[in-house]
Amino acid sequence: MSNFEKNENAHLTTPTRLTGSEIIWATLVGEGVTTVFGYPGGAILPAYDALRKFPIRHILVRHEQGASHMADGYARAGGKVGVAIATSGPGATNLVTGIATAMLDSIPMVCITGQVSSKVLGTDAFQEVDITGITLPVTKHNFLVTRSEDIAPAIRLAFQIAKSGRPGPVLVDITKDAQQNAAIFDFAAAKPKPYQPHPMLSVVNSHLTDAAELIRNAKRPVILAGHGILQSNAGEQIRTLAERMQIPVGMTLLGLGGFPASHPLNLGMMGMHGESWLNNAIQEADLLIACGMRFDDRVIGTPKTYSPNSKKIHIDIDPAEINKNIKADVALIGDLREVLEQLLPLLPGRDGSAWLNTIEASKGHAAVRDIKNLPDNGHLYAAHVMHDLWRITEGRAIIATDVGQHQMWEAQYYRHEYPNTLITSGGLGTMGFALPAGIGAKFACPDKEVWVIAGDGGFQMTAAELATIAQEKLNVNIAIINNGYLGMVRQWQEFFYERNYESTPLVSPDFVKLADAHGIPGLAVRDRGELEAAVQTARSHNGAFLLNFLVEKEDSVYPMIPAGAALHEMIRRPGHNPLVERPEDK
Amino acid sequence: MLHTFVAYVEDKPGVLTRVASLFRRLNINIISLTVGHSERPGISRMTIVADANDEAGNRIRASLYKLENVIDVDDIGRAPAVTRELALIKVAATAATRSNIFELAEVFRARIVDLAPDSLMIEITGVESKIEGLIQVLNETENRVLEVCRSGKMTMRRGHHSSGVLRAMGAGEPDPPKPGNQPLETTDNFADNI
Repeated sequence: MSNFEKNENAHLTTPTRLTGSEIIWATLVGEGVTTVFGYPGGAILPAYDALRKFPIRHILVRHEQGASHMADGYARAGGKVGVAIATSGPGATNLVTGIATAMLDSIPMVCITGQVSSKVLGTDAFQEVDITGITLPVTKHNFLVTRSEDIAPAIRLAFQIAKSGRPGPVLVDITKDAQQNAAIFDFAAAKPKPYQPHPMLSVVNSHLTDAAELIRNAKRPVILAGHGILQSNAGEQIRTLAERMQIPVGMTLLGLGGFPASHPLNLGMMGMHGESWLNNAIQEADLLIACGMRFDDRVIGTPKTYSPNSKKIHIDIDPAEINKNIKADVALIGDLREVLEQLLPLLPGRDGSAWLNTIEASKGHAAVRDIKNLPDNGHLYAAHVMHDLWRITEGRAIIATDVGQHQMWEAQYYRHEYPNTLITSGGLGTMGFALPAGIGAKFACPDKEVWVIAGDGGFQMTAAELATIAQEKLNVNIAIINNGYLGMVRQWQEFFYERNYESTPLVSPDFVKLADAHGIPGLAVRDRGELEAAVQTARSHNGAFLLNFLVEKEDSVYPMIPAGAALHEMIRRPGHNPLVERPEDK
Repeated sequence: MLHTFVAYVEDKPGVLTRVASLFRRLNINIISLTVGHSERPGISRMTIVADANDEAGNRIRASLYKLENVIDVDDIGRAPAVTRELALIKVAATAATRSNIFELAEVFRARIVDLAPDSLMIEITGVESKIEGLIQVLNETENRVLEVCRSGKMTMRRGHHSSGVLRAMGAGEPDPPKPGNQPLETTDNFADNI
């Protein structure tokens, strides 16, 4: 048969004749994979049959979309390439949403799908679908493997592509006969050619000195920190830049946690639902230092009115993002950490107190978002949930959110202190992301406290994965922000469609009963007074726990920048006292 | 604005689809795309003409490089280059009207490659304007254009090699990298004739 049963790693050092199925797992082991998320089926059955011989843990999901989001959450929390496995046809197509989610947020992921036998490819065979064709626009690259000897090189190259440059998902489609036939497996020989960085990377000295000069002379600079600071592990460099040059830092949604929320120079999140003082500061700035962010439309309002009087330094690893939405005055195209290491020696200290004081003063004049100022008239608001959760967990938990109002409130009120603790779908905004992504994160970080926060709408999209939690006996806490609506859509209908709540009121199951049906305990919470006790109950329970927070039905996320408006044209929360934000009493 | 790119890509199944899919995703219209073997074994050469804003050239080039099978991308821009296209044109012609067309072909330096009782076929190579010129003239006289088959543009830099060729020859980059990696530009506009 083969050597690996005697010596686990023999197959990695000695070329051995293995079946294609065995080669799949052997290559994954060689690439350092310990956990995969998947769902078997006919075309991937030979591979599943070989799995028991290998030291890889397979998590059976309830829908392949769950597998793709689990691999995604696993990668975001743990920093490794996430792996999802599915069969051909419907199994593969069910992965597509998760693959697109990973593509838009640049998450390293490898999806392996079974495919019908190469002899019947192209004949509309049973469960045949052209998944490589379908995923062309949503993968960095994909492979169709029809021969056993091509499996290991394809998977090894897939891992390299997924991790390198700007990370992203890669799909490897392997026909059934390739899995069944045998070939010599030589892990070392299957190594791809060395990675060639993008030819248009460019960090030239003249640009570095131009950037340094702009920074030294700026009167009103702001650092814009995005996902790149987490992926490049550049938190320390950003901190040095901010502290030495006394420049405030604003974050994108995916950058949260990259710079500690408690740091005095941290201004919070920018953009459509970002902090008003930060959005105003950006509009008044004379220099923007964009670090690992791509000027997404949620962050800039409209290009024509964005930060009109500032110069922009754009640091990003993807040359295609430079000058895509916003014109850069200086572009430093490379790895953020490396670029900052080259830039910092050119920057002596600087006194930024004048600008910092201006921003600080505007915080006071702008409506204060401090939760303590919201009158607690017995109503339970999502903001209370987020704030109390943050306080009780000391900002240390890993939070996986779904998409919608709760996602924005989480970003505003859970002040992330550490990197890789916010797991959220930013680019694609995929509802149903939270539960499986939280599960994936827990597998990546089994010793950390993990909370899944989802709205009543998004939770129902992938609720079936509660069974995965039950089967795997996972300790993940679930908080449902239940307002009986598709909240964010309802908010848009309220502001822009004259309160025409078309298809947004939502009748949901009793989530506590639903959890109970899976053997997961739970509690419903209706009153702010019950909040703390409920959260502590969930935390102290040794196992998964679900909290159904019945919150205020028609609350809205503020501030909000309407489509087409400039960053400073925010809709603010209405209230009696314009200096203090308060919810409308019902 | 029309951008012209010369891309060296791996000669593998599906590469054409990947390139086409990329342009679809960027929502940029491909005006023409021709591909064939290059001077290097296993590498094909594509000439892509795309319609996009003036500033899009850099983004297209950067995005093409992100494709795994793309080896080199040259944005011809306004650099001196030879551009050619091939067309086969079938025209209705009887014995009486034939000689008329022979004279036109003479003027356009085109060749008659097929002769039938009711039609003849013209083969013409040249720049786009020359081919369009012949078709326009054929349409204006009593000649009836029955079929037109055009190959799409091919282009190659004059004298000065593309960066990919030089790199392959081990001779390094043709020019030092410019800020922002703008395509090489020149104010000379060699007339796109002969």
